[in-house]
Amino acid sequence: MGRPIKRIEVLDSERCVGCESCMFACTRRDGKASLESSRIRVRSIGGMERGFTIVVCRACEDPSCMYYCPVDALKKRRHGGVVLNREKCIGCGSCVEACPLSAITMDEEKNKPLICIYCGFCVTYCPHKVIGVERVENGSQTE
Amino acid sequence: MDPKLNRVLIIDLTRHSYRIEEREAYFREYLGGVGAGLKLLKEFLDPKVDPFHPDNVIVLSVGALTGKFPMVSKVVSLFKSPHNGFLGESHAGGRSAIALWQAGYGAIVIKGASQIPVYVSIDGEKISFVEARALWEMGDTRTVGRIMREKAGKTGLRTIMRIGKAAERLITYATVTTETYRHFGRLGLGTVFGSKQLKGLVISGKRSTFPADKKEYKNMYDEIYNLCTSSPTKKYHDLGTAGNILPLNSMKALPTRNFKEVSFEKAEILSGENLAEHYLGRRIACTHCPVGCIHIAVLREKYPQKPYFYKTTFVSYDYEPLYSLGTLLGIEKVEDFLKILEAVEKYGIDAMTMGVVLAWVTEAFTEGIIGIEETEGLEPSFGKGNVYVEMIEKMLESKNEFYKLMGRGVEALAKRYGGRDFAMSYFGNELSGYHTGPATHITHITGGRHSHLDSAGYSIDQKLMMEGKGIEPQEMAKALFEEEAIRQVLSSLVVCFFARNVYTLDRISRCLKLFGWDLGDKELLETGRKILVEKNMLKRDMGFDVENYFIPKRVLEVPTPLGFVDPSYVKKTVEHFKALLFKS
Repeated sequence: MGRPIKRIEVLDSERCVGCESCMFACTRRDGKASLESSRIRVRSIGGMERGFTIVVCRACEDPSCMYYCPVDALKKRRHGGVVLNREKCIGCGSCVEACPLSAITMDEEKNKPLICIYCGFCVTYCPHKVIGVERVENGSQTE
Repeated sequence: MDPKLNRVLIIDLTRHSYRIEEREAYFREYLGGVGAGLKLLKEFLDPKVDPFHPDNVIVLSVGALTGKFPMVSKVVSLFKSPHNGFLGESHAGGRSAIALWQAGYGAIVIKGASQIPVYVSIDGEKISFVEARALWEMGDTRTVGRIMREKAGKTGLRTIMRIGKAAERLITYATVTTETYRHFGRLGLGTVFGSKQLKGLVISGKRSTFPADKKEYKNMYDEIYNLCTSSPTKKYHDLGTAGNILPLNSMKALPTRNFKEVSFEKAEILSGENLAEHYLGRRIACTHCPVGCIHIAVLREKYPQKPYFYKTTFVSYDYEPLYSLGTLLGIEKVEDFLKILEAVEKYGIDAMTMGVVLAWVTEAFTEGIIGIEETEGLEPSFGKGNVYVEMIEKMLESKNEFYKLMGRGVEALAKRYGGRDFAMSYFGNELSGYHTGPATHITHITGGRHSHLDSAGYSIDQKLMMEGKGIEPQEMAKALFEEEAIRQVLSSLVVCFFARNVYTLDRISRCLKLFGWDLGDKELLETGRKILVEKNMLKRDMGFDVENYFIPKRVLEVPTPLGFVDPSYVKKTVEHFKALLFKS
């Protein structure tokens, strides 16, 4: 058995306070202090009093982004989502356009798309259990 | 070091021009925030300038730990205050700190005055002066925010600061609102924006910082994060600061009806507990703050003539407005309190000052010092919510002398009409809501911005209450001085004061080390003292002398939990404090 297959799950966005700790966590994992190039994003729904929405890759079983990659740099991951082959990727941004959730953005410095790897590091830093990690093999189960 | 932190964006509103310069030493030596901000203010501001003159200068700054650790979420603003004529200093959160830092600056200096209303859009190095004539005179700061937001895009990553009608009308205690629910509240930053025809600022950017030791950085982050999300810091998330109403009421330190009383028979109604139970709609956070102390109440009002039409308003509440626009005015219904607070938000007025002013007006009216000729027919009375909303609106619209003076604070009113004995302010800044003992009043006198937060005397009072003892003036002066010095370090980094127990000098020292500042805890404290002294030297150049303080008689007439405030004790403490500042 390899590592368990996971995805990030939005448990309840109503509990989100908009602190963006998850975003800082994502970039910190890459060795940065920043909000820029986070793979998860928090946005207010037109005024903070109405609450927030969390935009993150939902690990689609049939991912739109993959079909629009002209160089096959995105491969379907077992049980949903995609894995990026950085060698093949030409940085065209087609996947960014293709994702209906706008869950992919470009790392402008490196000219590569930012694709969630479902590591769950962001989840550790959510103070109000807005997001969770869901195991997707052998049926769903939230950690 | 954090290289881009050294960069200062200097905006000239007169010429609609800007330049970017480096001030490495300010940030290396003074950490940023209030420390670096003071250096910039000294460099650009003539301390004798009229606060309304185009030559008044605004500095907005972040610090060495901004963007790197949780709860380092504040921007410091410095300017010459149009409210009291001394140093204006006010802090705010929202997204402002992270946005300014991501834009790639440690500070922004704003000078001059625009010929037409503008707002300035700062997206990294792309700076534009945006036409704002159509936004001027707009009724509601929230509408202005929405318009600027739609134009800016980038939701979640940028800050939108703006002023309201109060600032345009040069009410001396107008605020700058950021992200609808946070404010540069005190001492009139909004007024300075207004006098410069600066409607607001939109700030965003994309920069990052790279710690040299990633592993150590993660460990340090975890240490801080875990402390921020556990007790006692967590209490700010639960009830928020509104949780203070009942404890202060039961210790008889809750100013009520213009400080005539110190407990309120309806405290239960205005308590954090009651608000949370029946009105709390959502809690939100400043960027990079896992605590989320911002409490937003939902006010649902029926339209009188239109059946089944309702207006739903969101109003953020805290202890301070609950005191100033609640207990201080004897308000007995949450709805009344929220309506007054909503008016204050709508026009961009400092809630604390507004409450103290309205409390003075009510007492002056009751005492016959002013009458309906002054109020243009309105009859203020403690507990009557509607008349206060009307008075706020009249203050903005009326041309009569009384309402004009109302827009300048209690001291201006008392100077014209009398009633200084119950005009609750020190050095022109209206009092906060703690009648806990002598220390809180001395904090308001000696503190750099005459705010309860400067040296937190209310907390010293409560400690003494628990220990059941008093301390000598010399010891009191030292305690207040040291606390204010430590807070200069926090306000230079710039850490939210709610995390003051998390960011001990030792932890700050370790955080800083990861980014190239080599300062031990003793050196940090020394830096704090140095900043405090420099701040007071700048105030001295503005004509300030702490020994010219005046204690409103009301303060001395009403007992605190530690007994009556003894004016000779205050005098001695102030003298010792001054000696600590200017010992050399």
